[in-house]
Amino acid sequence: MSNDWPLFEVFIRSRSGLEHKHVGSLHAADARMAIEHARDVYTRRLEGVSMWVVRSADIVASDPGEAEALFEPARDKVYRHPTFYAIPEEVKNL
Amino acid sequence: MSATAPPLAAATPQHSGRAGGSGLEAARLRCVLRLGDTSLVLGQRLGAWIGHAPALEEELALANLALDFVGQARLLLGYAGELEGAGRDEDALAFLRDAPEFLNLTLAEQPNGDFAHTIVRQWLLDNWQLEIYQALTASADTRLAAIAAKAVKETRYHHRFSSGWLIRLGDGTGESRQRVQRALDELWRFTDELFAPDEVDERASAAGIAPSLPELAPRWSTRIEQELRAATLQRPAAQPYPWHGKRGAHSEHLGHMLAEMQHLPRTYPGARW
Repeated sequence: MSNDWPLFEVFIRSRSGLEHKHVGSLHAADARMAIEHARDVYTRRLEGVSMWVVRSADIVASDPGEAEALFEPARDKVYRHPTFYAIPEEVKNL
Repeated sequence: MSATAPPLAAATPQHSGRAGGSGLEAARLRCVLRLGDTSLVLGQRLGAWIGHAPALEEELALANLALDFVGQARLLLGYAGELEGAGRDEDALAFLRDAPEFLNLTLAEQPNGDFAHTIVRQWLLDNWQLEIYQALTASADTRLAAIAAKAVKETRYHHRFSSGWLIRLGDGTGESRQRVQRALDELWRFTDELFAPDEVDERASAAGIAPSLPELAPRWSTRIEQELRAATLQRPAAQPYPWHGKRGAHSEHLGHMLAEMQHLPRTYPGARW
């Protein structure tokens, strides 16, 4: 049966103040059932205080074939890391 | 039903004489056993879906329900053992009593059948438990009130699950609708017992330990009506059913279920993991 159901991605917020994190995916007939399944599959050990589900088909993903164009240009930009800069002695609280 | 099941008036479990003290204490014990046995039997039934559910996700959902019910049964039967004062703990009550000593609702022991049967049984009992546990949170018996306060949260989720499926199946395909209506027609006769008070219920209700069943019945009925309408299902006609599990008069199914459930602890007394 679950092969007929669409796939959903599940995101759980483990504590208030933290972000929702992707924890996995599951099959469900609709969004309501996906929330119930997420509760039963991913929060059995008190893992969460909030859940998001989204149909996997609705997620727009980057194309692995474009990885070079997307990510390589950032490789040599070390100056984008704060650790690249020496902090002057006079600056006490940065 | 079993040919050897005792007639209603004669259904007196063996432990009622040991409850000690007044008729009120005997009624309190029986009330707690009825709740605990209903949860235990239902939990055992649901657990039998493991390995057979229509989808992996549903299997976990049913197993979660089963664990909630077994958890309720542990609290209630543990309390019953203390009330009884005969040295029986939750395990002795669960595994070393015979069918006529079980006081669960007859509906809870009905076989899983197909998925529609399991959902209809669950939905009818979830609605019953919603009323009972909600009311029991105000029980004069503080131990029972505390157990109910924990259980009612679980029950709200169980109801969300079962009513969701009832509507999905009822308002689904031709086959799902036909199967769920058939399950409803077959199981409806066991609902006669849910809110039919006997002297135990009346005694407990008068003492503020348990709610008045006739007062809760219309609330149950109204919600059943609304949810059946949402599921586009027909409410069956009322069918009086005189064999009441809560008095120890069970259908033939309980004995078979107990034989499987109790086999290990009876064969190897004191066995541990």
